[in-house]
Amino acid sequence: MVRVDGKGTSSLIKVRGLDKKYYRGGEEIHVLQGLNLDVDQGDFVAFMGPSGSGKTTLLNLLGGLDVPSAGSISVAGDEVTSMSRATLTQWRARHVGFVFQMYNLIPVLTAFQNVELPLLLTKLSKSERRQHVETALNVVGLGDRMHHYPRQLSGGQEQRVTIARAIVSDPTFLLCDEPTGDLDRKSADEIMNLILTLVKQYKKTVLMVTHDPVVAQRADVTLHLEKGVLVEGSLEQVMSGGAQ
Amino acid sequence: MKYASLLYANLFRKKLRLILTIGSFAVALMLFGFLAVVREAFAGGVDIAGADRLVVINRVSIIQPLPLAYMDKIRRIQGVKEVTHANWFGGVYQDEKNFFAQFAIEPATWKQMYPEFKIPDEQWNAFLKDRQGAIAGAATAKRFGWKVGDRIPIKGTFLPGMWEFNLDGIYQGTRSADDETQFWFQWDLFEEKVPERFKGQVGWYTVKVTSPDAGLKVSRAIDAEFANSPFETKTDTEKAFAAGWVKQFGNIQFLILTIGAVVFFTLLLVTGNTMATSVRERTGELAVLKAVGYSDNFVLLLVLVESLVIAGVGGVIGLLLAKGFTLLGDPTHGMLPFFFLPAKAMVAGLIVAMLVGIASGIVPAFGAMRLRVVNALRRV
Repeated sequence: MVRVDGKGTSSLIKVRGLDKKYYRGGEEIHVLQGLNLDVDQGDFVAFMGPSGSGKTTLLNLLGGLDVPSAGSISVAGDEVTSMSRATLTQWRARHVGFVFQMYNLIPVLTAFQNVELPLLLTKLSKSERRQHVETALNVVGLGDRMHHYPRQLSGGQEQRVTIARAIVSDPTFLLCDEPTGDLDRKSADEIMNLILTLVKQYKKTVLMVTHDPVVAQRADVTLHLEKGVLVEGSLEQVMSGGAQ
Repeated sequence: MKYASLLYANLFRKKLRLILTIGSFAVALMLFGFLAVVREAFAGGVDIAGADRLVVINRVSIIQPLPLAYMDKIRRIQGVKEVTHANWFGGVYQDEKNFFAQFAIEPATWKQMYPEFKIPDEQWNAFLKDRQGAIAGAATAKRFGWKVGDRIPIKGTFLPGMWEFNLDGIYQGTRSADDETQFWFQWDLFEEKVPERFKGQVGWYTVKVTSPDAGLKVSRAIDAEFANSPFETKTDTEKAFAAGWVKQFGNIQFLILTIGAVVFFTLLLVTGNTMATSVRERTGELAVLKAVGYSDNFVLLLVLVESLVIAGVGGVIGLLLAKGFTLLGDPTHGMLPFFFLPAKAMVAGLIVAMLVGIASGIVPAFGAMRLRVVNALRRV
């Protein structure tokens, strides 16, 4: 169950009093202000909010790509915010799968090699890696395109490869930053169907940032970032002040 | 090895740039090889000079002679094992461009003095018995297509007239740097044909001492023996003599080092810029690598290894080209006593290439290592 009141007890992801300040041109920008969040295993959460509200910042903090100004994040009992940079890197490899808006595939590697990248960090043998990569690519429906380069794939297919790369090492949760932001409606629907399959069929925990209300509706819960904190409810509720 | 595909893919990302960068290293290292050949040609004699040999010349200048009578006096000095002498001839074979060194030697002691030169016994014995006999180095014989038994006409310069020699033998060096371009003939013939005013004079003496440690003491004793005489001597170790000879051509070592330094500094700028561009182009990709769990050190190493591979491949190609060029033969036709690229120079070249590879890759590599994922992804 997703909570934003900071009262969850046994959540998979537990965020308490999260603060993030930026300094730009000598001016302090207080993006997140004491944000609380609890997410359980298998939840699918969408974050919405206006540009600059801190959605991507929140995702970066949850993924250990950035450090908060104050507050704590714990995932499956690991206190992320107290980890060193090196430990955080190893933690990311084990626990986080990233899906970016611009796919961020390595253009000189094939789909297979792109998906294999996180597994090179493990002790898996070559044949075991091959098995895992083929499974991941089959899950996203690209089993027949594994030796294609990104330039030989459509935008939707590239995003599927990114998702395969994110799930291949079986991470604790997926962070998706505008996964459909660069796709047409049909491809966006296909990607959302795929993410839903990962949630429903493979019990993956997914936290997604999106601008698109249609996409957000597919999530179990939509949270809005308003004035540095999360509020639950539909956009209409948020606008009318009736949200939690 | 499991990261090889990543390294390979990154290297071949822009094939033209890769070829040009490797080409830059290859050209620079080829030039390094040529410079090493020239350096060896001038300084090689210094490196291989006999540690137990001294050279005695006239204190005024090497072109001033010494009396033949000094030979017995030198032989009597304590610590002297053997003495021989020679004169510079300076003749011309067919054309002035066919330069090679010709010496009138004292055969009875010459062979013992220079054991590094090997001549078949029957050829040496034939030379001893032949007043007009001559021995040529293998390189000179090969250059002019001479074989044992040939008549070699050499036109004198400061000693006029046509001198005809019988080629009785061909010597070979036992080390790669041994000079195989010399031409020796009997000092007795020289003495017989020179004008009266040159008779009884030798160009220089070479002295073998009982041990290298005795060299300094013996050289002082020789110079003391002939001090205040009309023909004072200057005695040096063969190494010092060879070094002094090289100095007459100017500071070759400095010249070569300067050219080499400019070439490698330019190479450093070119490859450094290339590596920096290469890293800048894939900022987003490096950020993704870090995001999925690759460490800062891994990214640093990835960029450095790429730089080292380029430097290594380019370096090996350049050095092999230089080596191949030397194997084609001396383009100066014997002006240089040695014409080869020593193995130590190739190793040094490769080390220099790798150092330039590290230097050119280190700044971009550190930049990649310190890259913050959040900032890098925002730029994509």
